[in-house]
Amino acid sequence: MSPGEESREAAGGAATATRSPLLQMRGIKKDFLGVHVLHGIDLECAAGEVHAIVGENGAGKSTLMKILAGAYTPSAGEIIIDGKPQKFSHPLEAQQAGVSIIYQEFNLLPDRTVAENVFLGREPKRGFIVDRAKMERETEKLLREFAPDDPIPPDELVGRLSVAQQQTVEIAKALSLDSKILVMDEPTASLAAHEVERLFTRVKRLRERGMAILYISHRLKEIFELAQRITVLKDGQKVKTVNADEVSSAELVKLMVGRDLDQYFPPRGDPSKRGDVKLRVRGGATDVLANIDLDIHAGEILGVAGLQGSGRTELARAIFGADPFLEGTVEIDGKPVKINSPQQAIAHGIGFVSEDRKSEGLTLAQSVRDNVALAWRGLARRRRNQLTINVKDLCQAVELRSRGLGQEVRFLSGGNQQKVVIAKWLATEPQLVIFDEPTRGIDVGAKAGIHDLIRGLANDGVAVLMISSELPEVIGMSDRIIVMRNGQIAGELPAGPTEAEIMFLATGEEDIEAETEADLAKIQEELSSAGEGGKS
Amino acid sequence: MSTSAAPVPEGPSGVGEGAPSALARVLGVLRAIPVVWYLTIILWVWIAAINPLFAEPSGFLAYLKQAAPLAILAAGAFFVLASGEFDLSVGSLVTVCVVIAAAVSDGDPSKTVPVIALLFVIGLIVGLINGVVTTIFRVPSFITTLAMLLILDGAVWLYTSGSPKGALADNFREIGRMGIDVPVIEQLPYSVIILVAIGAFSVWLMRGHFGRQVLAVGDNDRAAALSGINVTRVRITAFVLSALSAVIAGILLGGFAGVTAQVGQGLEFEAITAAVLGGTVLGGGRGSVVNAMAGALALTALFSWLNLQGVSGALEDAVEGVIIIAAVAVASYRLREGS
Amino acid sequence: MTTSTPPVAQHPGPTAESGGERSAAARFWRSLTRTTTGQVYLALIAILVVCWVVVAIKGSNLLSIDSIADMLIRSVALGIVAAGQTLVIIGMSLDLSVAWVISLTSIVAAVVMDGSNANIAPGILVVLALGMAIGLVNGLVITKLRVNPFIATLGVALIIQGFIESRWDGVVEGVPGGFEDSLGYSEIGPLPIAVLLLVAVYALVWFLLRYTRFGHQLYAVGGSEEVSKLSGVRTHRILIMAHVICSLCAAVTGLYLAARLGAGSPLVGTDGGYDLESIAAVVLGGTYLLGGRGSVLGTLAGVFILAILDSTFNALEVNAFAKDVVRGVIIIVAVAAYSFRWKERRVRKIGAGPAPAVTGNAPQTQTPGANA
Repeated sequence: MSPGEESREAAGGAATATRSPLLQMRGIKKDFLGVHVLHGIDLECAAGEVHAIVGENGAGKSTLMKILAGAYTPSAGEIIIDGKPQKFSHPLEAQQAGVSIIYQEFNLLPDRTVAENVFLGREPKRGFIVDRAKMERETEKLLREFAPDDPIPPDELVGRLSVAQQQTVEIAKALSLDSKILVMDEPTASLAAHEVERLFTRVKRLRERGMAILYISHRLKEIFELAQRITVLKDGQKVKTVNADEVSSAELVKLMVGRDLDQYFPPRGDPSKRGDVKLRVRGGATDVLANIDLDIHAGEILGVAGLQGSGRTELARAIFGADPFLEGTVEIDGKPVKINSPQQAIAHGIGFVSEDRKSEGLTLAQSVRDNVALAWRGLARRRRNQLTINVKDLCQAVELRSRGLGQEVRFLSGGNQQKVVIAKWLATEPQLVIFDEPTRGIDVGAKAGIHDLIRGLANDGVAVLMISSELPEVIGMSDRIIVMRNGQIAGELPAGPTEAEIMFLATGEEDIEAETEADLAKIQEELSSAGEGGKS
Repeated sequence: MSTSAAPVPEGPSGVGEGAPSALARVLGVLRAIPVVWYLTIILWVWIAAINPLFAEPSGFLAYLKQAAPLAILAAGAFFVLASGEFDLSVGSLVTVCVVIAAAVSDGDPSKTVPVIALLFVIGLIVGLINGVVTTIFRVPSFITTLAMLLILDGAVWLYTSGSPKGALADNFREIGRMGIDVPVIEQLPYSVIILVAIGAFSVWLMRGHFGRQVLAVGDNDRAAALSGINVTRVRITAFVLSALSAVIAGILLGGFAGVTAQVGQGLEFEAITAAVLGGTVLGGGRGSVVNAMAGALALTALFSWLNLQGVSGALEDAVEGVIIIAAVAVASYRLREGS
Repeated sequence: MTTSTPPVAQHPGPTAESGGERSAAARFWRSLTRTTTGQVYLALIAILVVCWVVVAIKGSNLLSIDSIADMLIRSVALGIVAAGQTLVIIGMSLDLSVAWVISLTSIVAAVVMDGSNANIAPGILVVLALGMAIGLVNGLVITKLRVNPFIATLGVALIIQGFIESRWDGVVEGVPGGFEDSLGYSEIGPLPIAVLLLVAVYALVWFLLRYTRFGHQLYAVGGSEEVSKLSGVRTHRILIMAHVICSLCAAVTGLYLAARLGAGSPLVGTDGGYDLESIAAVVLGGTYLLGGRGSVLGTLAGVFILAILDSTFNALEVNAFAKDVVRGVIIIVAVAAYSFRWKERRVRKIGAGPAPAVTGNAPQTQTPGANA
């Protein structure tokens, strides 16, 4: 995007801001289970404006949008659309008032067809009968317009589509509503580059047509490209609303984080202290992985980078025996072993901090005590007897903040929940710990604590395999990095590579547009200088 | 969400607790007592007010004796429910036990011990089948145990053609009917002793590894499996415990109620009602076995109370229906509101 | 039974590869072999053939006119309940109260009709209204009080049971002869009128599921209540509606049984085991017990399979034990087979999707991906 275009857009934004806003949200408050999630947020969005909402995870963005979409009822505050106060007790009412939303988590039914999903809740009728032909025709039209070179058949089941195609369907579903206000909650998370471009063209066209668009993203570049105004949320409060052309990305990050964060990653380990090979994989393969050759040394952090779907998580699950290797050999301390279940992996001293804490890491209704002891209880009796654990000490080791050992973990914050998961593995005295997205959904302050814990493990001689889709994290933490692509290891990099080097291996493309790359580098620079903001 | 950290008191590890006032502490303790106990005690007091005999040791023990089979079944049901499954076959299993014991021993006291052993073997097999089909063949436990119910009922009909054969030996019946003579309370029924023993055993189980694993599996079986817990084994064990509880209940009921092909009818639902009344959450992961057993005590007390009020036996079912709906509605409301 | 297409019964047309110019016959064959409903019907034919052979060896004819009429009549009562049960199960609910609803409505029919042909119409209306009212209660308790459907309908069943047992303890006379003759025993042409009733109910439910918004949204609610709600579906209304229709079906069965027996009976529902048998028929018919997938035509096949087995056992004079065992085993095997297929499909779903060529990284992360 050229600078001229940018300023023209910004000017347009300033003009729209003075018009009477199409959407006003005033003093929105929300409590969950007695916890205040939103403390009175004011927000407005004019017709023909893209208004970005940014903030760390847990800042309340998604909650605010769900209130606007009628999925939650606010504890206090009012929503005014077109000058009329609205009270939504059901998402349908919000739809009828002209609000549509693209949710961050896919809001699709895998067992229904694309057309049925797109028109769910407002199936076209002819008399009593659902007009399936019309439904499929219109769906096809919508999809063709949006993704002409990747035709999605409207009678295909959504569960059979790729992730990117599903996102396309999700977007088509929201756009088909033809509403006045469109909320987009991380719409580009799994879109390919050209699809993102097409989405942006479309968003701009909708904006020109006078739609009010609320745009949530962690990608600052997108925000600067699209938005006229930016509202920053933090801890359920509005920090500020700024004009997009009056703020730099570094300033924005500072607003989001609320402080400068320097010295973010703990210092790397001393290479001379690197121990022997703890785990060695040769020729590992599964349905989705091939030719995995891997050494992980005691006392090092081996970072794993790669795009989504490149096989990072599958690699972790294969090593951990959850979806075991079908071919190849695995050695621990030089001895060949067979790991076909998590139990065997744990018996060999492996721990796995999985990507999805809530569904794979914790038993949310159980106490801190029970969760910390969970993996220990899975050990064979003899091993368990050798290893008496003290839950309180373990909690102190990970600096857990809880109301007590009896507190249910569902009431803990994301960072503290992750500490419980780590304490759970410490209880088994692991020699290798796999971290899959260790800081996902954890706010910036708590991230540093998790990073310190991971480095601490390595310093104690534990081998660490750390998967992350946040390049600064991989670069900042790892002693060595492997990059995955299409289920294989595309290459290995020493400590401290540049992001371009990683992306080159991850995509296999040399010709990333120069402009894009420059842009990217600039923002990354600003980001890293501001610490580590802008993401969740 | 970082916001949910708000109510957590700050402190180095937050593990310590402040010192609240004595009154607050008492109130806290009172609030921590599950509702089912208040219900039970209110019913006890009320019944005793109407019928003073109930307050005497013999009267109260007679009540406990009557409640014992259901309370034992509730304990068994608890393990299965807490692991996130259902067991609908226990009522039929109770009937099977009574009918087989009568037919095999045919009143011969010397056969009592082998017959009891046989019953436990049958229970073990039934529990294993339920568990294996549910976990390994991935048939929803609702269907598995339903089919087991059909099969066991069919077996009873085949065996008895409707009217059970044989008779229970006197010493077999004594287990459910008689007790040890004790000076003050006249007689301590065996069934009460067994009830207490099973209660203690269940509590011991729940405090140990197995109990924590059951709750973990019921709460989130994926997380449990990835933490190295053998989910299959835990669930199968829960089904076996449930089946064994049915065997014990059958032995007690045989002495208590006599031999009919209807002796176990509806007990599977009563046991689930009792457990739910005691705060066990369907779907797994929450609850306490003692409270589940207390649910059975409350349910039995409620039926006694209804009798005293002159409500016909048939309406007991209706009352049970209202209670189970109300108990679950309240539980789901409280879970939602987080109180 | 392990083909690779998903068990989506309501799209009997070409599924995955959506080949356009196939002949009608080829398409029919595909839908027979590749959809769950088609496979259930193939299984039905196979079972019919096997049973026919077995019975023929014994010297009787399973496919005699009398025997077929008998099987059809046997299927009517269970079939109508199971049609309603299919709806609630597709909506990820369940109804355990149907057996007692059947008993209650048969009694109420007898009481209201009170032996007079003039009272038949009011009797029918009262019974249908009662059925709908019970369904409404079920639906409200499940949606508004958020009580697990298993418990809610069990509780309602217990309440009805208590009510019945406290008032009636034997057969309730009062079904007028006219009603008995018309619904219970009359025939139109070769077909008993009851069979036409069965066909009408299935046609109606099939139409509801396939062609109405209610049907579409019911599948959606069963697939994910959350997603449906966020998409603007009035999920509570849909579920309540499904329960109302389910109880209505049970009430129709109650009417039919009252006509057939010429009386109301407190035990007619539970003796027939209609609660559990109807669920078994639904599950046998390929409907997923956890909601969102299934077809009412499959349920009809499930009902027929159970009826054929019944008739065969009767013809062979097999005792009740073997009957229940075989039935129990068939149900378990069917469900196990389905659940293995669904598991397989899920694995395929994750593995098979073409990895997005160059995508941004995982959600919630700001990545310097190629998406810029």
